[in-house]
Amino acid sequence: MPPSRGDHQVKPGRGGVRRPLTRALPLAPSLVLLLLFLAGPIAYCAYIAFTDLQLTGQAHSSFVGFDNFTAAFRDDAFLNAVWLTLVFTVLSSLIGQNTLGLALAALMQRASKTVRTVTGAVVVCAWVLPEVVAGFLLYAFFRREGTLNAILDWLHLPTQNWLFTLPILAVSFANVWRGTAFSMLVYSAALGEIPKEITEAAEMDGAGGWRRMWHITLPMIRRSIGTNLMLNTLQTLSVFGLIWVMTRGGPGNRSQTLPLFMYEQAFQKSMIGYGTAVALLLLVVGSLFSLVYMRLLRSEA
Amino acid sequence: MSSPRTVRHRLAADAGLLVVAAAFVLPLAWVVLSALDPHANLQVKIPDGVTLDNFDAVLTPDITFTPLLNSLLLCGGATLLTVASAALAAYPLSRYRSRFNNPFLATVLFATCLPITAIMVPVYALFVQVNLIDTMQGTIFFFAASQLPFAIWLMKNFMDGVPKELEEAAWTDGASSFQSLIRIVLPLMGPGVAVVTVFSFVMMWGNFFVPFMLLLTPEQMPASVSINDFFGNRGTVVYGQLAAFSIIYSTPVILLYVLVARRFGGGFALGGAVKG
Repeated sequence: MPPSRGDHQVKPGRGGVRRPLTRALPLAPSLVLLLLFLAGPIAYCAYIAFTDLQLTGQAHSSFVGFDNFTAAFRDDAFLNAVWLTLVFTVLSSLIGQNTLGLALAALMQRASKTVRTVTGAVVVCAWVLPEVVAGFLLYAFFRREGTLNAILDWLHLPTQNWLFTLPILAVSFANVWRGTAFSMLVYSAALGEIPKEITEAAEMDGAGGWRRMWHITLPMIRRSIGTNLMLNTLQTLSVFGLIWVMTRGGPGNRSQTLPLFMYEQAFQKSMIGYGTAVALLLLVVGSLFSLVYMRLLRSEA
Repeated sequence: MSSPRTVRHRLAADAGLLVVAAAFVLPLAWVVLSALDPHANLQVKIPDGVTLDNFDAVLTPDITFTPLLNSLLLCGGATLLTVASAALAAYPLSRYRSRFNNPFLATVLFATCLPITAIMVPVYALFVQVNLIDTMQGTIFFFAASQLPFAIWLMKNFMDGVPKELEEAAWTDGASSFQSLIRIVLPLMGPGVAVVTVFSFVMMWGNFFVPFMLLLTPEQMPASVSINDFFGNRGTVVYGQLAAFSIIYSTPVILLYVLVARRFGGGFALGGAVKG
């Protein structure tokens, strides 16, 4: 590593000679781990996505160019997974987690302390639970003989087998249940930083609750909204365990989002090359969101 | 002091929050009530008699102790590796100025956001080729690497908060930078190290997909994967036992979260993620 610039510190250790290499040495363990176990697989991903690698007979894979990708875009099951991923992300992350999180944070500003603490604890508890446990709890909630139907029955409303009739809706609700705490915490922090004088002045001028929210609060926390939306979306794009536990992507493939489709192609159908092509697409979409997120952070600084 | 109007607003806010809280609490109530219920099914209901039989039934080496021990080995090992590597890496990033710092940190931030789920298939294929598949150490290494970007990022931000003057004094006394990191910087950022440690551990403890892909033999499975056995291999599902196991498996992370959140405020893990 070339010598560092603009460095005017007292050099620790022997002699006071500049030793940029020794200085960079503490980075070595992290660099090795990141290169071998993260950058390596990503590069390998970019490579095998262009091969016809299969689970059996791995020695004989060959380079097939963009075949996996063209095949994907002609594959109804893939397009179905793209659509469901879109539905899942929009419903649970953009609308559900984000709006509910903001609403909770806004209500918490006014609520009494006890209610605030209790609600916060319950919502955060859903967030802290391991993914699979959350999956089971929501599975029990949505099953035909589960809690939701028991409540609907008690209210004399029609019941359904939710996991069968509306599986993507059920897993989206599960993701809202599990992920809202993050948005709630982000927005609570953001709302807490708005100076009281501003909202009070608006109130004096006769702006009602909704107008204050729309014209003052939301513009002031727009950066938090941006970063929160990015992080929620990235989180939601990679949800696997929750859906796996609740529906396995089924019935049929009616809740099969891209991660589950990728898993099925690679392992249940043994087409690693094809599955990886899907993974690469997911990775590219994730990278784009990640870049936007970094952009938002930079504009904030 | 409070006008009737603010009281009315407060009551409305309280009511709104309580409705949401009630909806959120139902699934949680199921797991607690069912674990104590000798005749648990899938509904939230008051147990027809409280019993600890469900806990008794799952507290066997096969169902609980081995998977939890595996989880502990896996997550503990990976957390140690993550925290140690991140602390070392954060030091030059925080202390020395170099033209490589910003690109490196940008890459790390970028990697923080990548969907790790997407690379599990190639990781599996790679692990098969280098004979790391179905090994604890391979899984530990991957876990550590996947958590490392966020850990470095957090650790660097916390380390920036430790003033340099104390170190400079130690350097004039002849301490090496490694000694000053261990003796001065890390102790001063104790809360920060605790946050990184707990956060890494909690993330891995709950992770299902990584061990599900990289481990094959049932004896090595951590609790996040073995919990599936309640559905697959054991025939009819005993919901009370599933609930009891869920509670045993979730308790450590909830306790850790409460411990850290108590000391460092609610959104402890968000400091680095959202503020940048």
